[in-house]
Amino acid sequence: MTVPPNTDLSAPPTAEMEPDEIAQSSHARAPAPSRPEASAATRPASLTKPGLGVRLQGLRAFYGDAEQVKGIDLDFHANEVTAIIGPSGCGKSTMVRCINRMHEEIPGARTEGKVLLDELDVYDPSVDVVAVRRAIGMVFQKPNPFPTMSVFDNVAAGLRLASHGRGSRSKAAQQPKVEAALRSAGLWEEVAERLHEPGSGLSGGQQQRLCIARSLAVDPEVILMDEPCSALDPIATLKIEELIDQLKSRVTIVIVTHNMQQAARVADRTAFMLGGQLVEVGPTDEIFTTPTDPRTEEYVTGKFG
Amino acid sequence: MNAQPTPPSFDRLQRFALTPARRRRDRLARGGILAGTILALIPLLLIVYYLLNKGLSSWSWSFFTTDPTGNTFFKNSSIGGIQSAILGTIEIVALASVIAIPIGIGVAVWLVEYGRASWFAGIVRFFVDVLTGVPSIIFGLFIYIALIIGTGSSYAGYKGALALALLMLPVVIRSAEVVLLLVPGALRESALALGAPRWRVISSIVLPTALPGMVTGVLLAIARAAGETAPLLFTAGSTFKTSTNLGGFMNSLPVQIYNDVTSPTTAVVNRAWGAALTLVVMILVLNLIARVASRRSRLA
Repeated sequence: MTVPPNTDLSAPPTAEMEPDEIAQSSHARAPAPSRPEASAATRPASLTKPGLGVRLQGLRAFYGDAEQVKGIDLDFHANEVTAIIGPSGCGKSTMVRCINRMHEEIPGARTEGKVLLDELDVYDPSVDVVAVRRAIGMVFQKPNPFPTMSVFDNVAAGLRLASHGRGSRSKAAQQPKVEAALRSAGLWEEVAERLHEPGSGLSGGQQQRLCIARSLAVDPEVILMDEPCSALDPIATLKIEELIDQLKSRVTIVIVTHNMQQAARVADRTAFMLGGQLVEVGPTDEIFTTPTDPRTEEYVTGKFG
Repeated sequence: MNAQPTPPSFDRLQRFALTPARRRRDRLARGGILAGTILALIPLLLIVYYLLNKGLSSWSWSFFTTDPTGNTFFKNSSIGGIQSAILGTIEIVALASVIAIPIGIGVAVWLVEYGRASWFAGIVRFFVDVLTGVPSIIFGLFIYIALIIGTGSSYAGYKGALALALLMLPVVIRSAEVVLLLVPGALRESALALGAPRWRVISSIVLPTALPGMVTGVLLAIARAAGETAPLLFTAGSTFKTSTNLGGFMNSLPVQIYNDVTSPTTAVVNRAWGAALTLVVMILVLNLIARVASRRSRLA
């Protein structure tokens, strides 16, 4: 197989990305220009490169013999927020977990089809699954900071847990990245004074933003969010939604949600799934106002689900 | 709407009434549970009482710093203390722990993180369960046949330690497995999703999270091993002298107690009580140290 140079996942993320390479990824919007003036040590690397698009081709996912995702073709455009809606059990979460190969962690689970990160098939046998997950971060339903770690260590966890990148082991070297990630997650002001207290001591909303900061710290191109607000109150939810809006300038975001208002608020495009299949995908306002499929209309108007 | 609500009649409230019969049943059940608790506490308190009553009187500085002399039949001669037994127990149990704890935790990690529901993991679990139920003297017998009869050599401290390690192994595996299963899968997933290799997830997330619980299980295993007489009787033997040579005969507290209580001399029987109290206090202190240590490490 051929790995395009700009998706060399085994190399640590770099800021170099030629404009023509960005143009190659078919759906990339004009990315924020990089900042060559910032020095390598202080620059939050994640601010300097755009996200990558993800394309599913005939994706099927199984638990044992049960087929939960039944052949999906779907594009997630770079630097856009795509919401996945659909009733419980329709395969939303399973499909999203296939994108960073978390699905295969479940005993007996397997996947067929292709998941293309830009042009790289993440299921190609020559691809390192660890590198895929560093490029495609994930935020889960319940906030789950590592209970044995402080706020600082939680954010630094991704840097430390990496098999490579031993250069950034010391706290001093991690400090700028941790601060940048916490600032990006809108949490820095709230936790700057308690960086070395346990992460589990924060409120639920803060914990979830801590988890977002944790996944931002390893500088991913894509972030998958599996119902990130379902355990949070409306104010904490609003903060996360504002955060999603800010983050899409630098990462591609896929968000699974049960909350259709949330999809309408945050998503550029929305996909509606039913029974393991994609019913319809399109710009969010179209899906909610003029869907082409009657089942979509029934779902978004609350007739079932 | 503005009318006063009529007070509910007695009949309608009848089903909420706490009847005398219910009250009686409640008292009876509570009383039964309390009686059971007290009944279970009686032997426990008696053991502690006898240990303190009979054991404390034989405690003295020289009791801990001298070896048994063997002069048990002559009045006015010193029978000696239990130094060799204390050090022997510490050495044998330490060696047994060094062998059993890493292997046991390794097996538990394999069972939980890798083996999961595979047929081989099932076989391992089955044999661990069988080993848990094996009487301790069988482990001693096994080492006796394999390493003493089998090699034609004599008793040695390390052979006793091996017997104790075999005894500890299933306890360590089972308790560590239970605790590792309690670590939320969400933590593993979020570490994996950060791009951590599996071995890093285990060493940096799963094991630290499970540490306090694993310490408890390990302590149970150590306490059980430290109190065992049967596996040591014909593997480590017994001796008077303090020894640091794990290749030779080695004394231990349980064996010392076993030898002393059968003595016709009162002073020697009292030494057994003193040794028993010492063993209990040692395990208690170990327990406290480990608890404090694991609490500290959790916040670090």
